Formats: sequence, C-alpha cells, structure tokens
Amino acid sequence: MKFKLTLIILLLNFNLLSGSEKTVDQNTIHKNLRCLVCQGQSIADSNSDFAQTIKLVVKDLIKDGKTEDEIYSFMADKYGDWIVYNPSFNKTSFLLWSLPYIVFLVGGFIIFTFFRKNKPNQR
Amino acid sequence: MQNIIKILISIIFLFVIGVFFIGLNKDTNYNTNSLVGKKIPNISLEYFDENKFYKKNDFKKNNYTLINFWASWCAPCRIEHPVLIQLSKEKNLKLVGVNFKDKKKQANKFLDDLGDPYDFLTKDEQGKYSVNFGVYGIPESILINKDLTILKKFVGPLSAEDFNSIVAIIN
Amino acid sequence: MLSNLGNFLLLSNVFLSLAIIHSSLRCLKLTGKLIPKIIYQISTLQSTLIIICFFTLVAGFIVSDFSLITVYQNSHTLKPLFYKITGTWGNHEGSLLLWVIILTIFSFLFLVITKNHPKEFRVFTLVIQNILIVGFLFFILFNSNPFSVLSPIPNEGLGLNPILQDPALAIHPPLLYIGFVGSSIYFSAAMASLITNYSQTSFVYSIKNWVLISWCFQSLGILVGSIWAYYELGWGGFWFWDPVENASLLPWFAMTALFHSLIVFEKRGLFYFWVITLCLLTFILSVTGTFLVRSGILNSVHTFASDPARGIYILLFLTLMTFSSIFLLFRKYKKKNYNLNPNSKETFILVNNWFMMFYLITVLLGTVYPIFTDVLTTKKISVGPPFYNTVIIPVVVIFLMMMAIGPKVKWIKERFENLKSYLFILIGSILINFLIIFLFKSYSILLNLIIISAFFLIISSSIDALKSFRNSKINFPRIISHASFGFLVLFIGLNDIFSIEKDYNIKLGEKKSFYNYSIKLQNLKVESFLNYKAVIGELEISNTKNNKKNILKPEIRIYENPQTLTYEAAIKTGFLKDYYLTMSNIDRSDYYNIKFQKKPLMIWIWISVIMVVFGGFLRLFQNAKHN
Repeated sequence: MKFKLTLIILLLNFNLLSGSEKTVDQNTIHKNLRCLVCQGQSIADSNSDFAQTIKLVVKDLIKDGKTEDEIYSFMADKYGDWIVYNPSFNKTSFLLWSLPYIVFLVGGFIIFTFFRKNKPNQR
Repeated sequence: MQNIIKILISIIFLFVIGVFFIGLNKDTNYNTNSLVGKKIPNISLEYFDENKFYKKNDFKKNNYTLINFWASWCAPCRIEHPVLIQLSKEKNLKLVGVNFKDKKKQANKFLDDLGDPYDFLTKDEQGKYSVNFGVYGIPESILINKDLTILKKFVGPLSAEDFNSIVAIIN
Repeated sequence: MLSNLGNFLLLSNVFLSLAIIHSSLRCLKLTGKLIPKIIYQISTLQSTLIIICFFTLVAGFIVSDFSLITVYQNSHTLKPLFYKITGTWGNHEGSLLLWVIILTIFSFLFLVITKNHPKEFRVFTLVIQNILIVGFLFFILFNSNPFSVLSPIPNEGLGLNPILQDPALAIHPPLLYIGFVGSSIYFSAAMASLITNYSQTSFVYSIKNWVLISWCFQSLGILVGSIWAYYELGWGGFWFWDPVENASLLPWFAMTALFHSLIVFEKRGLFYFWVITLCLLTFILSVTGTFLVRSGILNSVHTFASDPARGIYILLFLTLMTFSSIFLLFRKYKKKNYNLNPNSKETFILVNNWFMMFYLITVLLGTVYPIFTDVLTTKKISVGPPFYNTVIIPVVVIFLMMMAIGPKVKWIKERFENLKSYLFILIGSILINFLIIFLFKSYSILLNLIIISAFFLIISSSIDALKSFRNSKINFPRIISHASFGFLVLFIGLNDIFSIEKDYNIKLGEKKSFYNYSIKLQNLKVESFLNYKAVIGELEISNTKNNKKNILKPEIRIYENPQTLTYEAAIKTGFLKDYYLTMSNIDRSDYYNIKFQKKPLMIWIWISVIMVVFGGFLRLFQNAKHN
C-alpha cells in the first residue's frame, strides 16, 4: 500500500516535468564560453570587446535555429576546445569524465568485498 | 598485493610531480592554432564601400591571400603597417584588409596617412565576421592558399620575422 | 629601517626554528619525561618575534613606506587606512608571512597544550612543524621577501587592486589560513605519531580539537570568499569552480572525512588508517592548492601574479613533504584486522568518507586535468562549472539521504525498526516537492531529486531533534550541522530554479519590460571620489504585479593607480530575494549593457553555512566543557 502510494506521488512529480521544454538560453551559453582575452572569466561575466562580439554571434546563431551543442561545436571549431567550459567527451577528456566514477565504483567495490570477507564471522 | 599498491602509488606520485614540473615551464598564453590546416568553408566579407560581399570564389583566383584584421583605433596596427606595405609588393600574394569595428572616416584617414596595401578592402563593423576566422583580438593576420586552407595565423602585429616566414611560404 | 628590522626578525626566526629542532632532538637523549624549559622559552620568543615581524610589515603599509617593494606594489597613499592594513596580506609576500605566523603560533600552542602527552611525541611534532616553518622562511627570504627594498624610493605606490578593497576579502585569508595552514599541526603530529609508534587513542585525543577548529575556520573562510565573490565580482554567482576556489575546497573534504573518522575511532577504535592518512592528506592538499594558485600554472581570475621560480620552490617543498609522509606511512603503519557489521553507524561513516573521497578526486581531477592535457598532448581544454555540476550533483542526492539515515543507525549493529518512518519522511519530501512544482513551476529531474533529498535530510533531522527532547541526550551539533547542510542544498537548489537573468542594451531614458518587471534607465551621472571616478546609473525596477519600485545604482568605476575599470554591482538584499544589477558601457556607443538578476534566498544560503559551522563550534564548546 505504502509502496503504491510512493509510486503514485513520484509519478505525479514527474508528470509535471513535461512543462519544461528545452529552449536555447543565451545566458546559459554565455556562461559556458570562456572569454579568451580575460583571466578566467566567462563570456557572461566579461565586458571585454571580445565578449561583446561573441555575444552578438551567439545571438545570430540562435536566430538561425542552431542548438546549444551546435553553437559550442562552432566555437570550439574556430577557437579550439579551450573556449568551451564543458569539456566534450572525446579521447582527450574521457579520463576526466570516467575517472571519478571509476574511483567511486572501485571504492564501493572495496567496501563491499570488505564486508563480504567478514560475513562468515557474523552471527 | 600490499607492495603492488605501494609501487603503484609511488609511480603515480612521481608522474604527477613530473607533469607539474613540466607544466610550470609552459607558456600560459593561448593561441588559436586549432584552425591551422583547416579549410575555410565560406568566406563572406562585406565590401568596404559598397553593399556587396566578397565570396570565396573571389579568393580562389589568388595563389596566396593574407587576410589582415585592423582598425584605425588600434595602436599595434600602426606599428605593423609598414610590414603590410612591404608585403603588398610581393607578386604571389594578395592582401585583404578587414576593417574591424571601425568608422569609415577614421579608417580612410588611417589609410591615407599610412598607405593602403590592400588589394581588397572589406569591413566588419560589428566584428561578427572575424569570429568565423577564429580572430579574438586585433591585429591578427591569416595566410591562406588557393584552396582556402589556412596555412598560418599571426596573432598580434606582424614582425620582421613574420614577414620573412610569409615570403618563404609564398615563394 | 623597517626593512632591516623585518629581515632581522625573519633571520632570527630561522635560527630560532633551527634551535628548536636541534634542542628538541637533543632532549630526546636526556632522561626525564618533561621537555626542558629552554624549548618553551625559545618557542615563546619565536612566536613573539614573528608577530612583531608581521606588525613591522603592517606598519610599512600604514605609513606607506615605499622603500619596501611589497608596499610599493600593493599600496597607495590615497588608500583608506583600513585597506592599507588589510592590504598587508592581500598579496603574495604578505600572505606568506601570514602562513608563517600561523605555523609558528600553532607550534607554540600545541607545545603548551599537550603537556600531558609523552615527550617523544611532542618533540617530533615540534621538530616536523619547525621544519615546515624553516621551509617557508627560506622561501620568503630567498624568493618572496616582503622586506625587499627598492632604490630609489618611489613617491607613490602602484595601488591595491580596487576589487580587493572589501571587508569580506580582508578577513578571508586569516580565516582560511587558520583552516588549512592550521592543518599543518596535525600533519606534524601524525608524522610524529608514526615515528614514535604512539598510542592511537592518545594521538586521536591530542588532535581532536585542532581538527575541529581548522574545519570551522576553513568553512568560514570559504563562505566569506563566496560572499566576496557575490558582492564584488559582479556576475551574481558565488561559486565558479575556479582553481582557487577548488584549492580551498579540497582540504575541506579531507577535514570533513577526518573528523567523522575521529568520531568512529573514539567510539570503536576503528578507522585509524583513515585518521592518519587524512591528517597527512589535508595539509598536503593545502600545499598543493598553494602550488596550483601561486605558481601561475593555472589560469584563474583570482591568481596572484606569477613567477616560475616560485612554482619550482613550492613544488620541491610539496614533493619532499609528500614523499616523506608516504614513506613514513608505508614503513611504520601496522595494519590491524577488524570486523565491521554492515548495519552499523561505522559503516555509514565509512560511506561518508567514500563520498568525500569521490568529491575530492572529482574536484582535484577537474582542476589539474587541463595541466595534464596541455603537457601530454599540447591540447588545451577547459574544465568549468558544467563538468563539476554534472558529476557531483547526482551523487549529492544519495549523499543527503545517507546523511539523514547514518546518524540514527546504532553503533555496532542496527535493528532496522525505523524503516517505516524513513518511508513516511520520503513521502513527505516528495509531497512538498510536488507542492512547489504545483504552486510555482516545474524543473529538471535532477533538481527534483535534489529538493526531495534535501527535504528528506531536513525533516529527518528535525524529527530527530524533537524525539531527542524526550531523551535529553541531544546531539545538538550533529543535528544542527546536518540539518543546515540540508537547508544549504535546498536553498541553492531553489535559488537555481527560481533565478531570473536578463541582459539588455539600454539608452538613457529607455524602458524594458519582461515577465512582471520593467527596468528604466532614469539617470546617469559622473562623480569624483578620493581615488576614482564613477559613472553611476540610476535604474528603476518596477514589479508590475505589486507595483513595488526599487532604485538600484550600479557603477562603472575608473581608478587611477593602477588604471583599472571595475563594475560595481547594485545589490538589494532582501529577506526572500536579492535584486542584482550590473551596468557596463559599450565601446563607441551611447548604449549601456544592463544585466538584471533576481536571485531568491541568497541570504539564506549564507545563513545555512553559518549554521553548519555553528554546529562545529558547539561541538568544540562541548568538548572543552567535557574536559
């Protein structure tokens, strides 16, 4: 009974999620692009000339109907991967994305086997 | 098993220190050489004086083209200008000037004062076209060949060294 | 004159530290359980002299003695007095002096407080700590001396960066240093414990409060840094996963895992390996962070000016420190076998440590990965907020639930009677989340999960508190800290969901409307101040729903020395939300770029962190009373 109740409420929550569509938000994109002439700032935070130019270009690309990912590839294509803050998953960065989870799983595995090993002694 | 872990940790430790040490001596300035070797898909540069656009076919006729981004308000552009004047005398090379975020009057005065080395003069009033070439500051110059492949990118004012390397490439 | 005094004091401290090392090792050969009085005296002198040395530098800043290079580079006669003083540690050389003071004072305090512990342990702690002090003093003397002189003496200084003239930033380094520099003392104590095969219980007892103190201050330091970033840097965020921010977070993860491990050790005598390793790891991470930030190897908005020689020295120091601690650990640690029941509180703390290590590795990896790709493949990649958010946030969901359940599980073995109540709490959390969606708006699945698990933790802790009132055996510190952490995550989540951000190019007199707000650039004026000129915009924000009007005045400031342009955000902090406005000029145009943000619950985010730390201080107070 409780299980069913939980399930229903969970479903209620997720039903309403359909409300949020994925529109291309220029602010999100600006935050994800690095200002190349600044020290560690994104296009969103920078007022430099370069940042202003990029903002214009992003606006045009959005108007052309490009998706967020297409805009990132465009920028990375012209300026190199360094301009995008979200490292794409490729052979250079796959260690970055996978190592944390590998470590997590290895840690979990170690804990698990630790208990497994000692199980016969438990009463 | 214990010893394997110890050896592994020691190796990782040494590796990390090594990388940090090498990393210290690396130059932190970024260069956008990612475009070198790639072809420019679509050139579209607006005529300086008219409402027309140069398209890529206009540049395919040239053996080599140097696209130079400049502006009248940019001090280093003044410094590199003599190099451009010299380059304009080269036979195998055509010069394209892209006047970046500038006003016509000042741009014309700049060229009147210092000389006009450009075979083609274009403008990029909002700076948007420059993004297609991976330009992030001026002056910047891009050397392309007949197939519109980017051969070299020069960030910052052209030096005498740059002049020599360009001449070497086009001959 | 100040320079001579400063250098003399630094040099004296080198000799004093060497004297301490020498006489401490000598006294080991003596019979007798007490440390000779002379060592106390040298230590007192050492602390006194380094404090005087520090104040000598402060004096240099106050009187604007530009013969000192550091004062010249970082100060100006027109700087307000308060910022002249705090400018002492707002630069590389001065902050290193702060490092040494804390190392020295902690060394002295440890000597004095641990009177009941055996000589060998105290001696070796003193020796290792003083080796660290000498290391840093050498670094200061040979590379980063704040008392280096300039000749001829300039008339005016180069000025302190105006963004650094902020009260929050003034206390940020001292707080943070008591945190991660303070962790040096339990690093040294851990080394000493390994060298002398010290009793595990006594060792834990000796460092317990030091760990707690450093954790509290580290947390406060990070909080103040975020507050500064929010109010000063003008982008409306408070955490950017910038290398400098990450550098302060790494030791924090280790400290958190450490004091939880101490709890297990005290109750059950287990996890000693965690304790020793984390004691060593915390300070190692602190020095690693210092290396990453000061060597110039990484590109960051907070970096001090860089110098490769600096980097090489710190790297060498770090290598020696890490190598000797790993060596000692391998050599001296004796493994003890023990059994653990999976249904026990110890297991949950083990799980906590496991999660902390995950966060640590993720943040460390994200921070240093670009260095590795640059060196090994010459490709430069950026690792920014999207990476950290994507990897860490899903894990936090589970982590919050563990935080709720763990503390209530019994030591040794648990009988799962309260499974039912957890289910009820879960349903309650889901219902509240549903209510938020229903009343306001829907949001991503991930945020749903975060909100639900945050409420799970909050409700669990609250029920726990209510239940304990009957028992009168309330573990207040834990309840307050855990619940506040839940609130922190909740408020950050809600802030993310309900923030509005709008960017406009606007001319004087123009008005823009969006959602239920409208902004009008009413006025623009230029004013001159002591050391800058400001273009002040007057913007009226009208809430069209309730007709409330707010006037915000963002500024564009032009400083003279050095010539810098800064953008001062206009922030109206409210009980439920902040309005955040920045204005910047657009080159060669009469338009101004206005960025308007509505940021809900900001002040509650700060309050939550303060409450988490409050729990820590409460625990410290309880420990003190207990003794």
